Amino acid sequence: MTLRLSTALDEPGGAADAWGTPRPADHWLALVRRAERAGLDFVTLGDSFAPPSPGGGRLDAVAVLASVAPNTERIGLVPTVTTTHTEPFHTASSIATLDFVSRGRAGWLVDVSTGLDEALAFGRRDPAPPGELWSEAADAAEVAARLWDSWEDDAEIRDVATGRFIDREKLHYIDFEGRAFSVRGPSIVPRPPQGRPPVVVALDERAPGERWELAARHADIVLLTAASPPAVQLARSALDGRVAAAGRDPGAVRLLVAVAIDLAGGGSGGESGDGGGPLRFSGTPESLAVLLADWYAATQADGFHLLPTAPEADLAAVADALVPLLRRRGLLRAGYRGRTLRDHLGLTRPASRYATEVPQ
Amino acid sequence: MTDPGEHARPHPPKQIHLAAHFPGVNNTTVWSDPESGSQIDFASFLHLARTAERGKFDFFFLAEGLRLRERAGRVHDLDVVGRPESLTVLSALAGVTSRLGLAATVNATFNEPYELARRLASLDHLSGGRAAWNVVTSSDAFTGENFRRGGYLDRADRYLRAAEFVGLARALWDGWPPGGPPTKVTHTGPQFRVSARPALPRSPQGHPVVIQAGDSDEGREFGASTADVIFSRHSTLETARAFYKDVKARLAAHGRSPDELKIMPGVTYVLGDTEAEARERAAAIRRQQVSPQTAVAFVERVWGRDLSGLDVEGPLPDADPVPDSDLIQGWAHAGDRFGVAEQWRAIAEEKKLSVRELVIELTGRQSFIGTPASVAAELDAYVQGDAVDGFILVPHLTPGGLDDFVDRVVPLLQERGTFRADYAGTTLRDHLGLPAVPREPAS
Repeated sequence: MTLRLSTALDEPGGAADAWGTPRPADHWLALVRRAERAGLDFVTLGDSFAPPSPGGGRLDAVAVLASVAPNTERIGLVPTVTTTHTEPFHTASSIATLDFVSRGRAGWLVDVSTGLDEALAFGRRDPAPPGELWSEAADAAEVAARLWDSWEDDAEIRDVATGRFIDREKLHYIDFEGRAFSVRGPSIVPRPPQGRPPVVVALDERAPGERWELAARHADIVLLTAASPPAVQLARSALDGRVAAAGRDPGAVRLLVAVAIDLAGGGSGGESGDGGGPLRFSGTPESLAVLLADWYAATQADGFHLLPTAPEADLAAVADALVPLLRRRGLLRAGYRGRTLRDHLGLTRPASRYATEVPQ
Repeated sequence: MTDPGEHARPHPPKQIHLAAHFPGVNNTTVWSDPESGSQIDFASFLHLARTAERGKFDFFFLAEGLRLRERAGRVHDLDVVGRPESLTVLSALAGVTSRLGLAATVNATFNEPYELARRLASLDHLSGGRAAWNVVTSSDAFTGENFRRGGYLDRADRYLRAAEFVGLARALWDGWPPGGPPTKVTHTGPQFRVSARPALPRSPQGHPVVIQAGDSDEGREFGASTADVIFSRHSTLETARAFYKDVKARLAAHGRSPDELKIMPGVTYVLGDTEAEARERAAAIRRQQVSPQTAVAFVERVWGRDLSGLDVEGPLPDADPVPDSDLIQGWAHAGDRFGVAEQWRAIAEEKKLSVRELVIELTGRQSFIGTPASVAAELDAYVQGDAVDGFILVPHLTPGGLDDFVDRVVPLLQERGTFRADYAGTTLRDHLGLPAVPREPAS
């Protein structure tokens, strides 16, 4: 098995010192195409309702990746959508729609809003402790999973003889009742191409238990911040234990280690994993390839999630140098083999939980 | 330097505005035809949007659903069911179109201003100024069952909420002036209590185009006060003229000129090589739209009764409607059931119509039927006769339902000099001839 490689598109905060205009659609398309040229499994784009800081502002991440979708072919598109203030029904609908417009390449990076500023922007609730918000995020993920399953794959029948467009026996109420919300269903959007778009959760050892629990119950991909190979190993076994306890197969959860990279800054080759943040690397693609190979060999991580310092320059170096080096080592597949994000990750397309009959 | 011929020229004709409605989840959309394609694949949206852009249309329009319709507690299965989420589809279309306006219907009851204003501003930025928002509200607890907010907005409060929502969205769109910094927008009202700096600078259009569809006195007043486009229901010449006159007359009180609000009814059309052929096609399409099962469903919607056994080749049911029936959920308010039933009985009797024939007669008639030349002339007459400013065309087939209109009618409108030969501007406001939106100073 080869390693999985993905990247964030976000520019690290504090990059700008003036108030400008947002990056245009062309910018995002060029970045994602660069990542696709490199053959990466997926890109992530962060989002939040936090107040703007100097720069061009923050575009809605689902909208940005949707605008990129028709002009790319293979790469997975994973926006952050926060669950604290957004209706779970809308989140499920927009990720399902992203899956349709990308023909099966959507994912969802789940996050929460802990801040007072975000709460005041909505005016509907007070800030809550992170544990409570992550527990609610797990409810939102449960609602999304049920809504994505609420139409069986063959619900549309177009039966002229009986005048029926759908077989309503194959549409299901989800009847979710949680502490913060309840949702009746079924989905407005038919079942998306991937069945359920992969759910992505970022974790580190200090994350609240509720966040780990969300990952255990719902994550297809975990983005792990860990300072050393032994820390990765500890996290992997903790995660596998929780996944198994939730009744799922630990082998169906991809664990990717976050690596902040600076390939264009002229660094001489250095890494640091202290200070609590992600592993940081600054140097040449050659030495990054060695580092990734070493970590991959020393841990049971499935791959890496790159966090570029300067996305345009770093992704060019990833496509032109890092990826060929990893391929030469036999650590990376030569190109895309499948069409969907699940294909790239080696994850099977799930059957709907509501389907009662196995098609003959 | 005035051209000496200038004064001799006739008054330039009013320009027609055109929009394309993606076929909806009602029986106007024919799914049983062999040419009917997917209602959900992106390729269908792409085909229709590209057709509209090829035809130099002002905008592409998507409706919204938040709860599947029901009959007797079960999902209604006779019409197209299911659709994607509008803003995400339009964001994708922004990447593969360059001039076409992109209009999303988004509910003001089940969304929050800070979030939705930002999503609309994002679409406006990503599309270079082509975003529009069709503001709708729901009051039913039925839809509310899918939402955290839960149920219920009093029917009487719908326009209060919509007006407060739009006002707050406009303040957020204005809150980050060119060069920054973003200012804090603070609002306290009956529906919303918000204090926030907008996440995005003012978008290319300043404010995305606002569309509104209400027909009541309150709806008209709301439209006159804040909308850029009214999606009207009036497609006969007399009723359209009366509506047009009424709404345009309301603008002055809001300090607006008649040009600042475009009135565009949703209309259907059928073309043929001859008038007779068009009429035949229209009748055939109406039969496709009203299957026997659909005819029963229409009567049930008025009667509020289970009429499963009703013979559609026979007469209307003898029994009276049930006034407060909840048999049917998710359609527009049924209104005065007794009055409507009375009216239906009278028409059926007078014209000797069976149930199915009656439903076809009452619900299916296309707005414009004829040769390309006669349809072009009639559309133009509506516009020049101050009945409308343009049309939102609702095709009956996905995705090819506008192909013939764009190929055969648009060139004739262009020849008449009443529809653009090409886009003159880049934003939807440019296409609609709407003035720039001045930025309101923060209060």
